[in-house]
Amino acid sequence: MEREVQRVYREITGRKLAYLSVIAGVLIVATLIDVLTGPAWLSIREVVWAILSPATSDPTVGVIVWIIRLPVALMAIVVGAALGVAGAEMQTILGNPLASPYTLGVSAAAGFGAALAVVLGVGVIPHAEEFLVPMNAFIFSLISCLAIYFIARGRQAQKETIVLAGIAILFLFHSLLALLQYLATEDQLQAVVFWLFGSLMKATWTKLFIVSAVLFVVTPLFSRDAWKLTALRLGDEKARSLGIDVERLRLKAFIGVSILTATAVCFVGTIGFVGLVAPHISRMLVGEDQRYFLPLSALSGALLLSAASVGSKLIVPGTVFPIGIVTSFVGVPFFFSLILTRKGGYW
Amino acid sequence: MKLTVSDLSFSYENTPILQSVSFQADPMVTAVIGPNAAGKSTLLKCIAGLLKHRGRVALDGREMDGDVARKVSYLPQEIGSPAALTVLEAVLLGRHSSLSWRVSEEDLGLAFGVLEDLGLEDLASRPINQLSGGQNQMVSIAQSLVKGPEVLLMDEPTSSLDLRRQLEIFDLVREVTVEREIITLVALHDLNLAARYADSVIVLNKGRVHIAGGPRETLNSEMISSVYGVRSEVYTDDEGLPVVVPKGSAKRRRHKR
Repeated sequence: MEREVQRVYREITGRKLAYLSVIAGVLIVATLIDVLTGPAWLSIREVVWAILSPATSDPTVGVIVWIIRLPVALMAIVVGAALGVAGAEMQTILGNPLASPYTLGVSAAAGFGAALAVVLGVGVIPHAEEFLVPMNAFIFSLISCLAIYFIARGRQAQKETIVLAGIAILFLFHSLLALLQYLATEDQLQAVVFWLFGSLMKATWTKLFIVSAVLFVVTPLFSRDAWKLTALRLGDEKARSLGIDVERLRLKAFIGVSILTATAVCFVGTIGFVGLVAPHISRMLVGEDQRYFLPLSALSGALLLSAASVGSKLIVPGTVFPIGIVTSFVGVPFFFSLILTRKGGYW
Repeated sequence: MKLTVSDLSFSYENTPILQSVSFQADPMVTAVIGPNAAGKSTLLKCIAGLLKHRGRVALDGREMDGDVARKVSYLPQEIGSPAALTVLEAVLLGRHSSLSWRVSEEDLGLAFGVLEDLGLEDLASRPINQLSGGQNQMVSIAQSLVKGPEVLLMDEPTSSLDLRRQLEIFDLVREVTVEREIITLVALHDLNLAARYADSVIVLNKGRVHIAGGPRETLNSEMISSVYGVRSEVYTDDEGLPVVVPKGSAKRRRHKR
């Protein structure tokens, strides 16, 4: 019997590990292509040389690769991974296939915060010119999450309460954002709209470090509760019967999702689609055992955003499109192919 | 080992659901029966620690919290949402408190052993969202058994199962109860299943214990008429167990007259 159970378990986990390896491999390739492409047509040799030996390579090539392309390519990975993980946990704790990191109005609040900085020049933190817009976006994202958190806590963290409170917050910040857009000058309006599209082009090593640090601190916290979060997908009643403190777990995961989303959004704007679809892709491939679902959601999110980053540079050669516009174009065909080829029952 | 429930009361929005319920249960199968809204499910949830209640629930004199609560396994009536998990993964969730990122051979062996006991080993790698309602109920039963509980609480565990499966499950529940000397409380609607498989019966009516005792003492026409409002005849079979044959609602008979 020991052998039989080991065989069955290996068969289940082996398939999942294979999917994880394949997506990780494709992600590495996508990242390399991302670094190789851009308005300045550099050869593979020049790029590889600039990465491996920055001191002896052409200084212009070095600047393009190290200051522009690498931060953008790596930012695509960490932001994609953060949105993938946040989406996976949001769908898990709300038990809702339509949930994404933005379901609860985080994007609207971040958009309002950013617009406030652009239009009125009002910053939450003084003397932080470079970080004025992202800091505002971050703070307002957290304000919206905190509002939902306290409402939810007062109602035993019921899923329905969280979703309804989130939708109310979403509409509130949409209205406030519309008001600011109405008051803005033409230039300011353009800047706000550009921020809302989402773009990786303002990525720097500092911003990359901050998003990575948050991703690597928050994700292990989800991993520690992997089995409990998996059980939550069986429904609240069932999870409680297995001895899980559902309210506590949901609020804890919600805090993690909020911090992760707010950090990702504040630097790159509201990049949609990734946080919604990456978890679905992972679910279709490896199911909802969080030990595989969580890492694959991160990898799928990173891959989607990397592919979109490449796409944003190839649509019109010499121009970089805002990535938020491109993500759906790149992801939808792949997503549809999965829906059409997989047998049903993935939610 | 003894489970003691003393003076347990529970109200939902000022409506009393359970009122001063007291009983003791030994390591055997105890059926909790009664009409709809009698408080059967609520009683099991209170014992499982899922509802805040008044009164005391104790195992061998110790309050049901912390380590003691971990010895209780509760199987709710609801099967649960069909998540994208294999049967083996779903059963492993029953042991989530002892699992880490890497699943030990012991946990795997226990999960697979329960699947074999239930005849589900061939389904181990099948996703639970592709199973029938009955198969899903079997998986839920496996989840509650794999924990290795000392107190097993089951709310209508066989409601979605065919006759053969019902009997197989109750044979297994009896076997597990006797072998492991655990206290098993099963909320049931089927009086004949209670008669056949329970060593002891607690009859709940309107949130109170109407009568408690062995199946022969509790399952009689008088109780069935006063608690369920149903006319019935109760025979004794070859094994000396009561067999309930319903004859119609007591109301209807009065109406006919």
